[in-house]
Amino acid sequence: MPFHAHDPAPPLALPWLRPMPADFRDRLRALARGTEHVGAGTLADLANHGLDLDALLALDRTVMRICDRIVPTEGLRHTETLRLAVLAEGSLDYTCPAIRATGLRRGLNVQTWMPAYGQATAQLMDPDSDLRHFAPEAALLAPTGESLGLTRATVDADLAASGVAAALAATRAQAYALQAMGTGIVIVQTLAQSQLSWAGHLDAALPGSPRGQIAAYNASLVRLASDMALVVLDAAALAARTGETAWSDVTLWQRTKVPMALGAIPLYADHVVRLLAATRGRSAKCLVLDLDNTCWGGVIGDDGLNGIRIGKGSADGEAFLAIQQFALALKARGIVLAVCSKNEEAAARSPFESHPDMALRLGDITVFVANWADKASNIVSIARTLNIGIDALAFLDDNPAERERVRQSCPDVMVPEVGADPALYPALLAQSGYFETLAVTADDTFRAEQYRANAMRAAQVAEIGHYDDYLASLGMTCQIRPFDAIGRTRIAQLIGKSNQFNLTTRRYSEADVAAMEADPSVFALQVRLADRFGDNGMISVVIFCKGAQDWVCDTWLMSCRVLKRRVEEAVLNAVAAVAHAEGATRLTGVYVPSAKNAMVALHFATLGFAPLEAEESDPEGTTRWTLDLAGHVTADLPMVVDATDALPPKESR
Amino acid sequence: MDRNEILKVITEVFEDIMDADPADVGPETTGDDIPEWDSLSHVRLMVAIENRFDVRFSNAEIEALTKVGDIADLLVTKTAG
Repeated sequence: MPFHAHDPAPPLALPWLRPMPADFRDRLRALARGTEHVGAGTLADLANHGLDLDALLALDRTVMRICDRIVPTEGLRHTETLRLAVLAEGSLDYTCPAIRATGLRRGLNVQTWMPAYGQATAQLMDPDSDLRHFAPEAALLAPTGESLGLTRATVDADLAASGVAAALAATRAQAYALQAMGTGIVIVQTLAQSQLSWAGHLDAALPGSPRGQIAAYNASLVRLASDMALVVLDAAALAARTGETAWSDVTLWQRTKVPMALGAIPLYADHVVRLLAATRGRSAKCLVLDLDNTCWGGVIGDDGLNGIRIGKGSADGEAFLAIQQFALALKARGIVLAVCSKNEEAAARSPFESHPDMALRLGDITVFVANWADKASNIVSIARTLNIGIDALAFLDDNPAERERVRQSCPDVMVPEVGADPALYPALLAQSGYFETLAVTADDTFRAEQYRANAMRAAQVAEIGHYDDYLASLGMTCQIRPFDAIGRTRIAQLIGKSNQFNLTTRRYSEADVAAMEADPSVFALQVRLADRFGDNGMISVVIFCKGAQDWVCDTWLMSCRVLKRRVEEAVLNAVAAVAHAEGATRLTGVYVPSAKNAMVALHFATLGFAPLEAEESDPEGTTRWTLDLAGHVTADLPMVVDATDALPPKESR
Repeated sequence: MDRNEILKVITEVFEDIMDADPADVGPETTGDDIPEWDSLSHVRLMVAIENRFDVRFSNAEIEALTKVGDIADLLVTKTAG
């Protein structure tokens, strides 16, 4: 008697993850029964498989049981806590545990909160509600078409339009209430399309059909999200890709009020988690590519330029060309490309230099590593060269042994599980969600160029002797401006992603940044740096809270790409000048240690601040610093500083 | 498929979904007999049984079930012919 496999239908599977191991349940039981400490890495590894709903629930139960025994794992990025309020229609008894267990996959300890059935609106409106006490950092708004009144068909197009407007207004009110209570990240979902066609194919032309109403709501929701700086989870696209009948289960809804098919919940949870991970700066910034049988068919060392398969001449060649084109597409939105190949360097470079059918050229690859050393150590050095965390790398390699090696040595690197068929690689990379982003800005398109220009600058230092001469030779221009609407998205992006040169690691959303633009008690600056090799775009964000005597630094962050350029001093000059002109006598600096910002522990000391006592309410390890503005001397800097809008008018200086 | 074979497979599903002891699962077993068999796990149980036997139950069919033996009887009908 053949039994059907328990694997979910292919569209609902998570194919970029390794299949669930056969001993998964046994491993969970062993963890639950044990008494010793459990490393966070052990849980992350368990979560990093294609788990079905039952497995996710079992993992969540086990984690709950052993939570007191969980400790950080050395060498692995620390798991961070995230409080998520799930305000969705229907029964969330599976969704919330699935999100929690899935969060472990991306290093998030998600604490979920859900309202009692039907109580979402009351919780939002009541100033003393449990939701307020939970103090969510993120919220997920997931109504259904039915709950928004968008599923009643009508021939009256105006009636349909006002129904859509009312639905949007309800969503706006909920999002606004969440932001007003301090929820930094509000995720809104597009609606999966109605499975009931009212007028057949004519639905597409009838705004009063349920499909028409839902399509109109989804389109206006995306615009609303842009206006209010909300995050969109495009559930409509997911449902369409997986098949609306696989995504929704009407019978299940009627019987249990579970809002989606049980088989779809793991995929949905992964999409929620990847967005949350993006808000915490955990998306990949760099794609590291293997070469043989990943960027071309065959082995360049054996097959030579004429033997490798790339380009339109063969099915194989087409598949590898598509992989290269996908990599280029990622580069166009700011993902940096690197190569890590086991080859003689000259052989590895030759297709990039001479093969006419290659889409990728050497100029597209920011760091090119081809040698016979272990790939794990090469990947560590790629991260170091780019000056980004090892956890910001994703690694694509057709060889399962190499993938396993990198997973074991560098567990923070994102390694999609790819099969033997290269035709599927671009889709697997796209589905993985490792490169999820909250915004694409003009600066992103030049990111790879900026990293290359950095490499050229590094070469320059070697030639020019004295460091200040070298800085002067760069012809730098530093532009310092207050926060404004144009810079808002990039400012929020930097605030969300900067981990190393970040004094306090406070995360603010775009909505928070917008509020700061108009706040007279806040002095906030955005800093751009260009030099003769190129424009680095916006590279630093600084926020001070203005006091009568004392301006206190809330945020000081900078991109590591522009270390050692004396930008920090230019920024200090600007802050000091304005503070002094407005009557302040002191600046206070604050350093809050994190797992990643040890490099700036002495930042204020370097700028001439004196140490102060930390305050009782400060997090452990915080240091405070003070600068007397009367004694501050404006440093002479090897750059042109344009701070006209940030500095007071000349008369008052 | 005969009723005994079906009961065997149902028992395996109980083990997967609820970590139940096979000795606790028989035709007369109800929700009172297995502590983990609550309304939440029941939903997952029925979906898993549907997937395992490649059948679909209507809500009316599910609401009529009171013990494991009823599930087996329903499956005998659904898998015949």
